[in-house]
Amino acid sequence: MEMIHLKINGIPVEVPAGSTVLEAAKAANVDIPTLCYLKDINCIGACRICVVEITGARGLVAACTHPASEGMEVFTNTPKVRKSRKTTLELLLSNHKKKCLSCVRANNCELQKLSVAYGADEDRFMPEDMNKPVDASTPYLVRDNNKCIQCMRCVAACRNVQGVSVIGSIRRGFNVHIGSPFDVPLAETSCVGCGQCIVACPVGALTEKSNEQKVWDAISDPSKKVIFFTAPSVRATLGEEFGEPVGTNVEGKMVSAIRRLGPDHVFNMDVTADLTIVEEANELIERIQNGGKLPMFTSCCPGWVKFLEHNYPELLPNLSSCKSPQQMFGAVLKSYYAQKNNIDPKDLFVVSVIPCTAKKFEVTRKEQMRNDIADVDVALTTRELGRMIREAGIDFSALPDEKFDDPFETASGAGAIFGATGGVMEAALRTAAVKLDGKCDALEFTEVRGTKGIKEASYTVGGVTVRVAVASGLANAREIIEGIRKGERDYQFVEIMACPGGCINGGGQPVQSDSVRNFVDLKTLRAKALYDADSDMELRRSHESPVMDLLYKDFFETPGSHKCHEYLHTTYVERSKYSFE
Amino acid sequence: MTEKSVIPFQGTPEQEAQLKEVIARYHDQPGGLMPALQEAQGIYGYLPVEVQRMIADGMNVSLSEVFGVATFYSQFSLTPKGKHRISVCLGTACYVKGSDKILEAVEEKLGIKSGECTPDGMFSIDSCRCVGACGLAPVMLVDDDVYGKLKPEQVAAIIDSYTE
Ligand code: SF4
Ligand code: SF4
Ligand code: SF4
Ligand code: FES
Ligand code: FES
Repeated sequence: MEMIHLKINGIPVEVPAGSTVLEAAKAANVDIPTLCYLKDINCIGACRICVVEITGARGLVAACTHPASEGMEVFTNTPKVRKSRKTTLELLLSNHKKKCLSCVRANNCELQKLSVAYGADEDRFMPEDMNKPVDASTPYLVRDNNKCIQCMRCVAACRNVQGVSVIGSIRRGFNVHIGSPFDVPLAETSCVGCGQCIVACPVGALTEKSNEQKVWDAISDPSKKVIFFTAPSVRATLGEEFGEPVGTNVEGKMVSAIRRLGPDHVFNMDVTADLTIVEEANELIERIQNGGKLPMFTSCCPGWVKFLEHNYPELLPNLSSCKSPQQMFGAVLKSYYAQKNNIDPKDLFVVSVIPCTAKKFEVTRKEQMRNDIADVDVALTTRELGRMIREAGIDFSALPDEKFDDPFETASGAGAIFGATGGVMEAALRTAAVKLDGKCDALEFTEVRGTKGIKEASYTVGGVTVRVAVASGLANAREIIEGIRKGERDYQFVEIMACPGGCINGGGQPVQSDSVRNFVDLKTLRAKALYDADSDMELRRSHESPVMDLLYKDFFETPGSHKCHEYLHTTYVERSKYSFE
Repeated sequence: MTEKSVIPFQGTPEQEAQLKEVIARYHDQPGGLMPALQEAQGIYGYLPVEVQRMIADGMNVSLSEVFGVATFYSQFSLTPKGKHRISVCLGTACYVKGSDKILEAVEEKLGIKSGECTPDGMFSIDSCRCVGACGLAPVMLVDDDVYGKLKPEQVAAIIDSYTE
């Protein structure tokens, strides 16, 4: 790699050619502030908060877009730079609903952090009206444009990373804002609910729709039996809410913290990740052996499912009929578990803790309800759980490690890796391989690991060759589908996760500050926590889990049985792209 | 969302064929969206949702991008123009003489806002900058007719004279 040499505030640094001034400064341990720039997502040089002085350059230069060059002398902390940044902040604040005290992004907001750092005067310029409408039309997201700084990060995430593109900068002058075509509410567009826009937002303009109060109410309602369960990836990220290094597995503390919030039970959703795999592997083998629709697409990501419903409804028969692990868990609790413990399903209040905003939409799907009872009552994101733990005054870092409750405690390593892109595929292959060839001991399918957007592999087991593909990020999903439709790509089994990197990078995950996420590979570090957990386990194949034995023996009979279809499988809905179509 | 619903779309097959030709011409051109929208507006007189949709699908861009461009440049109109076009001058001289009150009176009389068209397609309202008749401020134009030294209470009668 060719290296170049320059000076940042007089400190010599060596960086790879092609680095920006922003990246070179990091090498000198200088954090240049950013607002519109977000690594891999948005690089438009628009907000000018990152300005620096460069010897010989005319005027101030935007560090996020300006290439570093040999012999360059950069100054990041001159009176001119400080004054410019402060004025930029004051202009943004003049048009900002400054409700920091009740803002869920307080202490985690780039605008607030920089305003404090630069001593910006929030009243220097006359405030404009703060009456832009708030869009809370969906069950998962709230947009308050009164807090929007028009950095375009959400638009870039939705348009370029996800290829969904239901939001954009619209209208002009004073009325310019981020919104959907014709200002229709987000719920009337083909938004998939992935929440990638939320985690891209540097401020509190985009947030998940909070369900914390509903959960508190249920916990203090004596007639309700409240059950929590946590998705595979939450253990790998919740620690970030409490200052743990990225990639710390906090499973034990997570369980004890939830227990201290006061529900009746805390279960492990990896159990139904296992159940999903047993059902899905069975469905795959059946489709392959009986000439069913191929390729089969995984169905555990509700963002992806909704994307297919809106954009390629003709491919819905390719989607596995398995419910997602979240929905399967709810269904198991409200059928098998309720019957076994003599509880009326109406008295159960089921809370899933998930990395995902799309799952807040999924719990409202009518076609998954039984007698109008939803499988899951409330889906809480990792961030909401973090807030509840803080509100309860629990000293997270000091907690002892505790275990999930019986009987939904034990799960396989295959269940754990569900949270990373390629994990569902690998988990399914582990089980399918054994089903196709009893002697096959293949366990690690490394070709489908890693954070690359599209991965392909081909495996031959028991005389059957299975060509597989794995994609994360919906723009990549679109590429795969278009390839399949044109006959350029040919697979039997395809795993798709809406969020780049999978659920570890979901739209409900903790938001790291720019100064971390622009330089650290969050996806890889978080995924590593899950793969490490898997390789430390004895039990690594879903179908070998004793809980699966119990569930099938006691209730579901065999994989793919009539009873399984009744509770664990579902149908999909054809949707148009906009409400006005 | 008046832009979307007030007047039913009445595109003809000829217009659609012309639009398809425009789309085919700009389809692969970087920066082709802007001229395609200009020509589409030339064909239809405005850019209704149906036309924006055809352009989005035809040029392989999202509707949100098309809508963003169509609402950013003032040369584009999302609503059709009425049979009679009313334009109220909001230039400095007229504004000082209360032309904002004239505009309000027009909006009230017709029950629509500036930038919109009445459901029967008869009138549309716009505001404009100085039309060079400052001596007559405040000024309103209906098609090519100039009305000067206006008082808000005269507006209704002027509009009525166009419906006879
Ligand atoms: S939730 Fe996803 S699809 Fe919806 S607007 Fe945000 S990024 Fe786009
Ligand atoms: S909503 Fe957030 S991410 Fe989107 S433009 Fe506004 S401030 Fe930026
Ligand atoms: S990848 Fe995971 S977090 Fe993202 S939408 Fe899908 S299920 Fe939710
Ligand atoms: S211009 Fe560099 S961060 Fe916005
Ligand atoms: S300002 Fe109205 S005509 Fe000049």
